Amino acid sequence: MSIRHSLLALLSEGPKYGFQLRQEFEMSTGEVWPLNVGQVYTTLQRLERDGLAQSDDVEDDERQKNYRITDKGSEELAHWLRTPPDLSEPPRDELVIKVLVASRLPNVDVYEVIQVHRRYIVQLMQQWTHLKEDESQFDIAFALAVDAELFRLDAVVRWLDAADGRLHRATFEVAPENPVALPSIRRRTGAHR
Amino acid sequence: MSMLELRHVSKSYGQGANEVDAISDIDLSVERGSLVAIMGPSGSGKSTLLTIAGSLEEPTTGEVMIDGARLAGMSRNDKARLRRRSVGYVFQDFNLLAGLTAVENVSLPLELDGVSMKKARAKGMAALEGLGLGDRAANYPDQLSGGERQRVAIARAVVGERSLLLADEPSGALDSVNGEAVMRMILSACHGGVAAVVVTHDAKLASWADRVVFLRDGKAVDETLPPPSPEELLNPDVPNPA
Repeated sequence: MSIRHSLLALLSEGPKYGFQLRQEFEMSTGEVWPLNVGQVYTTLQRLERDGLAQSDDVEDDERQKNYRITDKGSEELAHWLRTPPDLSEPPRDELVIKVLVASRLPNVDVYEVIQVHRRYIVQLMQQWTHLKEDESQFDIAFALAVDAELFRLDAVVRWLDAADGRLHRATFEVAPENPVALPSIRRRTGAHR
Repeated sequence: MSMLELRHVSKSYGQGANEVDAISDIDLSVERGSLVAIMGPSGSGKSTLLTIAGSLEEPTTGEVMIDGARLAGMSRNDKARLRRRSVGYVFQDFNLLAGLTAVENVSLPLELDGVSMKKARAKGMAALEGLGLGDRAANYPDQLSGGERQRVAIARAVVGERSLLLADEPSGALDSVNGEAVMRMILSACHGGVAAVVVTHDAKLASWADRVVFLRDGKAVDETLPPPSPEELLNPDVPNPA
């Protein structure tokens, strides 16, 4: 998550002081990502150094400085909003590695390993869902941030379910005699081993 | 006392070499006011478990009790009465009667149970209003959106003094926002004292439950621990078994 660009976004609403930025940042992310005040001031100094934000005050005390966004900063913000995060490389996922290892070890019940992780993640999801139970207690930013986390965890559960089903089929069902389709699909998608 | 109790419940279909165990040796207890989700892949026995819990099917072995009453040995009529009065069902595809308006659909189970039409309609109307559908009461199912139809189905399931709500993939093909609304309604019924069992393969829906039971090949293999408080969530030392 980019603190730098989030601060620029807040400054695009109008000039603000550092302590105010910290408060508004936490509110705008539904207080899901707490921020320490040091991070705010360090980031503001860098924004100023790079010409993306400006402070009119000559005060030494960072808390007293009022910052505003520059034209270059506005351009940078518009560019960042439209730049997709790099999702092209699959992350090195620890859970995937654990399930892959479990599926190869002779004395390990891979389904039991999958279930341990599935239960843990569903429990995490229960905790997040519990937070949004009382609709009067949350604002839209909080709901969006919680939804994002729930969808992310849900994807992990779905992967575990898919892994479970795939391993089950591979173990209990006979493989097709002529698996000719696979190489041609591979060629078409351009995937290499 | 549990609203629903299953003890060592098994169900098998077919005979001899063709015998298949749909569920085996399931113990499940659901208290009033609590929401239990049953998760598992297709064919794990989720729906069988629900039909047995709702007395629509009999277990091959084991015992089912609804509100303290043993289903085994009950006459068909007694079971039908228990179903009408105590058990509400919500299905994936809503199962509303197309020729009846929303309020007629909701009040039908009461009328079948001998409640006068006037009283039944009043209760049906109250249930619809409780789910924010008062202004849609005179509409037929095909005049309602998918989300509204499912709300009518939930109103029908909780109308009267029903105390056990059984739902099979209740968000069906609804999008996630409508799916969440369905779970909020079921949860709110639970806060009013209803015991609910929701069968789903969707972890987002299951996460609304107080307890999630995992089914695999007809057996309950695992379940979640009791929910922690929000304070524990904000504590970085959440135990991680991984």
